[in-house]
Amino acid sequence: MRSAIADHVIDPAALTAEVAHDRNGATVLFLGTVRETNDGRSVTGIEYSAYRSMAERELAAIVAEASREFGTSDIVVEHRVGTLDIGEVSVAIAVAHPHRGAAYDASRYVIEHIKRRVPIWNREHYSDGTREWVDPTAHRAAAEAVR
Amino acid sequence: MTVTVLLFASYADALGERKIPIDVPNGSTVGEVVRRVREMAGSARLPTEPMVAVNEEYAKADRRLAAGDEVAIIPPVAGG
Repeated sequence: MRSAIADHVIDPAALTAEVAHDRNGATVLFLGTVRETNDGRSVTGIEYSAYRSMAERELAAIVAEASREFGTSDIVVEHRVGTLDIGEVSVAIAVAHPHRGAAYDASRYVIEHIKRRVPIWNREHYSDGTREWVDPTAHRAAAEAVR
Repeated sequence: MTVTVLLFASYADALGERKIPIDVPNGSTVGEVVRRVREMAGSARLPTEPMVAVNEEYAKADRRLAAGDEVAIIPPVAGG
């Protein structure tokens, strides 16, 4: 198990190599990447910042929970901070397990809990030169108001 | 006693500070510190009950604080 907040470019191949073991029959690699549009606006890059010490603790806690719940210690997670271009990897989760079902479930658990709990924020840079902090809760509130 | 309030992202931009020492009566709670921060200029975008972490762990509004505690007011997280 390993987790980190990374200042450097994430190397997905290195993460999958890190979880490889002869006991495993399945490896799931999840990559989050910077998308060129969000809510219809043209994005040129995303700046990630974190409450670093707490983000490291929270990431480690999530990985430990996933390990206990899904029965594998072969889990490695890295989340970037800094300014990323379109297509760059912002988060990578590698999980290996004897069986695919649990590998998928553990991967899903880790990304969903990152999105809920890890103190990381992102500010999108748009093609018109403006920048805005992304607030996923505002989006959810708006979606519920429409419903 | 003094506690240190930490601000991040949109909240840090709004208040123009990342780290604010605040004097509060002994035994004050998280909620009382949040109320103090919400009296400051630029704090209009802070919700009445933001997510808060004390010494790097999420805490509720009724959590009692000790001198030197680090009280982080956490904007909606947006990792991934």
